Amino acid sequence: MTGTVETRDPSRSQDQGRPQGRNRLRALLIEALVPIIAVVVALLIGLIFIAITGRDPAKAAEALWVANFGSRRAIGEALVSVTPLIFTGLSVAFAFRAGLFNIGGEGQYIVAQLAAAVAGYAITGLPGWLHVTVAILAGALAGGLWGAIPGLLKAYRGVHEVVNTIMMNYIALYLANYLIANYLKAPGALPVTPEILPTARLAQILPPSRLHTGLFLALGAAVLVYLLLWHTRWGYEIRAVGHNPRAAEYAGIDVPRNLALAMLISGALAGLAGTVQVLGVQRAFYDPVGGFVGYGFDGIAVALLGRNHPAGVVLAALLFGILDRAAPTMQAMAQVPKATIWVVQATVILLVAADQIIRSLFKRRREVAAR
Amino acid sequence: MTIIIESTLRYAMPLIIAALGGMFSELSGVVNIALEGIMLLGSFTAVAVAYLTGNTYLGVLAAMVGGVALASIHAVVSIRYKANQVVSGTAINILASGVTTMLARGLWAEGGSPPIQRIPDLTWPFRITPFVPLAFLLVALCHWFVYYTPMGLRLRAVGEHPKAADTAGISVERMRYFGVLMSGVLAGLAGAGLSVGLLSGFEEGMTNGRGFIALAALIFGKWTPVGACLAALLFGAATASQTFMQALGIQIPAQFLLMAPYILTMLALAGVVGRSTPPASVGIPYEKGAS
Repeated sequence: MTGTVETRDPSRSQDQGRPQGRNRLRALLIEALVPIIAVVVALLIGLIFIAITGRDPAKAAEALWVANFGSRRAIGEALVSVTPLIFTGLSVAFAFRAGLFNIGGEGQYIVAQLAAAVAGYAITGLPGWLHVTVAILAGALAGGLWGAIPGLLKAYRGVHEVVNTIMMNYIALYLANYLIANYLKAPGALPVTPEILPTARLAQILPPSRLHTGLFLALGAAVLVYLLLWHTRWGYEIRAVGHNPRAAEYAGIDVPRNLALAMLISGALAGLAGTVQVLGVQRAFYDPVGGFVGYGFDGIAVALLGRNHPAGVVLAALLFGILDRAAPTMQAMAQVPKATIWVVQATVILLVAADQIIRSLFKRRREVAAR
Repeated sequence: MTIIIESTLRYAMPLIIAALGGMFSELSGVVNIALEGIMLLGSFTAVAVAYLTGNTYLGVLAAMVGGVALASIHAVVSIRYKANQVVSGTAINILASGVTTMLARGLWAEGGSPPIQRIPDLTWPFRITPFVPLAFLLVALCHWFVYYTPMGLRLRAVGEHPKAADTAGISVERMRYFGVLMSGVLAGLAGAGLSVGLLSGFEEGMTNGRGFIALAALIFGKWTPVGACLAALLFGAATASQTFMQALGIQIPAQFLLMAPYILTMLALAGVVGRSTPPASVGIPYEKGAS
């Protein structure tokens, strides 16, 4: 029944043996330098691309600054774009820790948005604190269930989660198209649900920007994920499963159960990204007619760059959020297309994933020094 | 009836060619979810070169070269540097969206290319792009290659049991490079089939998930050329039947037909509709000498 529960460790470079003493310090330093070098190289490549296409890199940099730090509103808006990335980054990182690869963030995001929006406008008569809580839980639950399906298939049928999460992304997309077209559309021309009630909104915290309390939820989630993974027995089990499922099984850990639960949590985290967007920013669910919004995929970059650690995820989300936020301004001020950001993101992912490229630089220097 | 067959073939063609590409990579043991991005780059390159040189055939050739170039990043990162193959594939998809959009905006105004000269349709036995018979020809060729040549046997051996293959004197690295680069050739060609075979121009993000459906077809077809081809035809028929069913007054919402390939693939993987089992060592980097 169990099938073959065989897990490839996606965060392979994570837990290589920890050297002691001074070597350990050095290893930690390199560990921290890999993402930093990756980011610097990626930004340079971005600048080169900007120059090649005949745009002014200095103007692009100015746009980046203005968009994120130019005013009180800009700072708030920058954090608005950071918030969902913290959630999707945590989602991918959490699954990674269990040895799973959740690329279903897009789908989990969509179904959670649907659920949160419906809970936000269809439930009436609740006091504010309760309504918003119910709507958040609805979103988290929907995302969690969407993640749990590939999780269960992995755990009990041995089906690799990557393909299933991709499939579930598209199923979510078309399901949303269908529900909006047939049942949930608000009167009017736009493919959008009715607006959520004021009682379901997340409060704004830095007007005139749209920054909302979802940011605190995201930071709270990062702390919770940290505590859960490193300071509870269950988190230890999940990491054990991710590290070596066979050893975990011999140690008496219920591997399938942990895999399924990890995908449930991972899905719920991606779902929360969608939930806070609906309750804090959009105030309704917009049918994704143009395809995926990309927060789910961005989460992969965020998690990788953050070395699958909650603190790293928050920092990486800050970086990508700032880049995301700058994109429209760079387009307007320096005619730099948003696509530049994608090139930068892709380069970061490739360099961090193939961290041997950067590590080999250090190795070579050490060899030279030894000679 | 001819219309529905014709439109099934039109939908299926890029899926068939891209799925064959994916097959080479996955049989050799390298997961390739970058098909989507490689197709997109192929679509763009074909149109860009056709636009710049005025020769669409040259565009098709360039699409394959472009596909190989992008696939080679995936190959180096996942074979040489043993990075996680899914992560690399994801990055390549993002990279392809970025690069094609940037270059498209450099070449043309926002959004896409002006209409360009397509590869002319065949007129016999019915009007259809030559990419369709080409796709079937490729299926036959790949079937022959994978099951009836020593090279094909080596390819499968490396994906199933790399250590045994290595012991038998087959270079695991080289075969995997071959597999991934072939996926670049074919997925690039599939992109060209889309942009200069079926359509006549480039639009941002025009592959619109076709690479992932091709991946689904490959899996649903149990990683075989004929199986992938049949799966792609089935998925094509599901899409083509939308308009047909509406005309007949059958009420199946279009969205459910669009969902069908994904649901079928999940069911196949779960063993509900004939079990689909991947090559044994797909996704695992090969460490020479490791136990």
